[in-house]
Amino acid sequence: MTNHWIDIRNSDCILIMGSNAAENHPISMKWVEAATDKGAKLISVDPRFTRTSSKADIYAPLRSGTDIAFLGGMMNYILTNKKYHKEYAANYTNASFIVGPKYDFNDGIFAGFDSKAKKYDKSMWAFAKDDQGIPKRDLTLMDPRCVFQLMKKHYERYTPETVSAITGTPAKDLKLVWETYAATGAVDKTGTIMYAMGWTQHTVGVQNIRMMAMIQLMLGNMGRPGGGVNALRGESNVQGSTDHCLLFHIWPGYLGTPNASLPTLAAYNEKNTPKTNDPLSANWWQHKPKYMASFLKAMFGQAATAKNDFGYSWMPKLDVGKPYSWLDLFDEMYKGTFQGFFAWGQNPACSGANANKTRQAMAKLDWMVNVNLFDNETASFWKGPGMEPGDIKTEVFLLPCVTSVEKEGSITNSGRWSQWRYQAAKPLKGCKPDGEIMVELFEKIRELYKDGGAFPEPILNLRWDFVKNSKFDAHAVAKLINGYFEKDTTIKDTTYKKGTLVPSFAFLQDDGSTSSANWLYCNSYTEKGNMAARRDKKDPTGMGLYPEWSWCWPVNRRIIYNRAAVDLNGKPWSKNKNILEWNGKKWVGDVPDGGWPPMVDQAKTRRPFIMKPDGVASVFGPGRADGPFPEHYEPIECPVEKNLMSGTFTNPTAAIYGTDTDVYKTCDPRFPFVCTTYRVTEHWQTGILTRWQPWLLETQPQLFVEMSLELAKLKSIANGEKCKVSSGRGMVEAVAMVTGRFKPFTIMGQTIHQVGLPWCYGWLQPEDGGDSANLLTPSAGDPNTRIPETKAFMVNVEKIGKRG
Amino acid sequence: MAGKFFFVDTTRCTACRGCQIACKQWNKQPADKTKQYGTYQNPPDLNGNTFRLVRFMEHPSKVNSMVWYFFTEACRHCLAPPCKKKADQVKKDAIIVNDFGAVLYTKGTKDLKRAAKAIKQACPWSIPTWSDKEKQLVKCHMCHERVAAGLKTACSKACPTGALNFGEEAEMKALANKRLAAAKKKFGGKGEILDIEDVRVLYLIIDEQIKYRPVAL
Repeated sequence: MTNHWIDIRNSDCILIMGSNAAENHPISMKWVEAATDKGAKLISVDPRFTRTSSKADIYAPLRSGTDIAFLGGMMNYILTNKKYHKEYAANYTNASFIVGPKYDFNDGIFAGFDSKAKKYDKSMWAFAKDDQGIPKRDLTLMDPRCVFQLMKKHYERYTPETVSAITGTPAKDLKLVWETYAATGAVDKTGTIMYAMGWTQHTVGVQNIRMMAMIQLMLGNMGRPGGGVNALRGESNVQGSTDHCLLFHIWPGYLGTPNASLPTLAAYNEKNTPKTNDPLSANWWQHKPKYMASFLKAMFGQAATAKNDFGYSWMPKLDVGKPYSWLDLFDEMYKGTFQGFFAWGQNPACSGANANKTRQAMAKLDWMVNVNLFDNETASFWKGPGMEPGDIKTEVFLLPCVTSVEKEGSITNSGRWSQWRYQAAKPLKGCKPDGEIMVELFEKIRELYKDGGAFPEPILNLRWDFVKNSKFDAHAVAKLINGYFEKDTTIKDTTYKKGTLVPSFAFLQDDGSTSSANWLYCNSYTEKGNMAARRDKKDPTGMGLYPEWSWCWPVNRRIIYNRAAVDLNGKPWSKNKNILEWNGKKWVGDVPDGGWPPMVDQAKTRRPFIMKPDGVASVFGPGRADGPFPEHYEPIECPVEKNLMSGTFTNPTAAIYGTDTDVYKTCDPRFPFVCTTYRVTEHWQTGILTRWQPWLLETQPQLFVEMSLELAKLKSIANGEKCKVSSGRGMVEAVAMVTGRFKPFTIMGQTIHQVGLPWCYGWLQPEDGGDSANLLTPSAGDPNTRIPETKAFMVNVEKIGKRG
Repeated sequence: MAGKFFFVDTTRCTACRGCQIACKQWNKQPADKTKQYGTYQNPPDLNGNTFRLVRFMEHPSKVNSMVWYFFTEACRHCLAPPCKKKADQVKKDAIIVNDFGAVLYTKGTKDLKRAAKAIKQACPWSIPTWSDKEKQLVKCHMCHERVAAGLKTACSKACPTGALNFGEEAEMKALANKRLAAAKKKFGGKGEILDIEDVRVLYLIIDEQIKYRPVAL
């Protein structure tokens, strides 16, 4: 989230699309209802009428996988009807930038496409620059090659008629949603978006989010209370795991993972540190070399020296151009490329797309370690449906771990708040915290490397001074994440002794004098104490920032990009939503995104989007794999034979896979119905924690498939009857839930049915609960993130006949 | 008669079922083996192990195509409880009303097995349940032990949206009136508080009662 949970209450219009907050983030509705109490409008856009929709002022259905068409139409509405916040868009975004002459867009394809490699040459999308090397601008937004005009041209094609024919949303519903949301373009109004996996899990996932970010920028909603782009994280600490580099392409603090073409730290820094010639751009990422050196010092401590590049060469490098995402790992596992696997705190046999492929892949391993609370479909995959235990060589170890409440530590919530938790209960005998398992494991590995082995340096040099007597200490880890001065250091007349915790990332150095395992968390655990453990309820702005409750990155800034919450004079765009104001000498309110004076002071100011090289937000996004403007493409599996927007049917850069298990079926009469997957309030993720909980199981005991009355009639299926739901990849049995909450869509004049299933079940427990809906989903991915397209695919539904 | 009241604002309820589970947790009640039978509502009805149940009812609608109503159902703790009146005919004070108005089924109801059906029928909402396990009549007891200790009921403590509220009569009635006015404004004049003169559980609804729960006609 750019904003935070409580801030939802400050909104004038809340769009819940690509998520189902009432069911999957129930507590958030407290803040949604606090906003609607004050007159805010709530809009729910979803293929299915949900518990969220039941609370909405406006509900609009759309066919799964058509969000860009829906939102592209909204952008067209905003631009055509001049609903945008012009001063904001001109000054705080790149809408005024002139795009270079090579950029073009033709029939669904942007300039620079290499159809063989299925990749774009992004240099074709570069801005035109002046003789200082600064992007040229036209603040009147009239130049035909400026971003604003190109965008206008791009989305003119998204007429209500075309959009409705693609999405299946009735034209009057489209208009009502567009009008209502676009009203937040008024200078004093703000609107917010609450989205989740309904937007990310598509082959156009990143562009779904970008499309909304662009709308938020044109309406002047970014950086402002009640605005922002707000991802509702699907697990209480997903934000924390992303911040601390659970993903393959980043190191902690969003430092890009080095690849093999960058053999030295200098080469990495040269390639990855953005530069600008614009004196008004803070270009905060110019400090990246400091964060890199400090991270490497946190990894290798005393062994990391300037002479050895702080151990840069000991860190693993990616092969150039090779992805290592979830889909890729299981693809390689299926092909037998590697032999061992840690499935730590996860249940891939149920959670990953194309679960049959995942399950078969695990049978190719020599060994697998699963760390979990309960037995699950992954640890026991070898005795699951269709498996012959005698034929499976994989040796499986199930290590029991403790629950989150049985150990001390922090979680970082969607609003970027790192909140310290004490140990609430003692663990069961024999169960260990993950940290303790890791310490034991690593100490054993290091012992083995002492007798030699290939490339022992990273193992033997790993910093370990924070582990005392082989005991994992959450405080010691949190302090290293914050970082230390590694030697006596004088900065601005103050000397910091070696071993002192660094006050904030502005103090980090590139010469090895500081460490920080995550620069973004530098300031979270200082000599003043553990900031995440704070529990003060003061709210000086009255806007719900609660600056001394827990700690939030970066440097406790509660709303990021907050200098865009004010006009060029530093005064809040909305007088009744004041989180930050320039009093003539300094900023008052939230921690400002840089302390520079407002834009009117052209001599001293910096533009508000300090993490971007040009200091402005990207309406035009030339860094994405699939184009600088989001464009509607059909899902890899879809019910239509053509894309009404262009001759380019599906995302030409989408990640697809080629094993015999990677089956894709478009317009195949055997799989005529659109399908999506979702969660229910009553179960958690794959249900691994909740399916063993009798009270929760009592409320949601078995897999179900929701379908319209019309489809049920067509297939002679009665409510409560068992059905078979199948795709090109797998089949599940599910109980039919026949409901008016799903309605058939009219798509390009044809009736298209959609169904949906929750993915929280598995064959192991309960015995009659049904199996994972991910047996049906395709292993196709977004080209930027490679997140799988589990939210839009094709299935068949057939009656089995017996009652559930 | 002062004492404790509930106020349920159905327009705020998202059917998270926190109240249903919190009730079971506080009462240490086991789960029943249920089946998916074509609805989110489970268990299908109140029973000896379930004193509070969220009902799910969906209907076609002119606005937004559908409505989906959620109704957290439990004993209403009537000011003049018909279950008590009926039970008193068989065994005086097997059912009592405590000092803050909770209608409580004592161990004395163990002697009411033969009358259980009639007592259930006496209740306008069919709440009283004979428990074969406890061998007595059971239902929501307003968490009277928690309340006597100064706590809120388990269900109202669990509610995230302020749909299920618990407190003093004046406080709950003031809240009910405030929310009724807000609902009428938002839903085009629709809205009523059910049975406000007769019960300690005040429900705000914005549509016909039969669209929220089965109603005997």
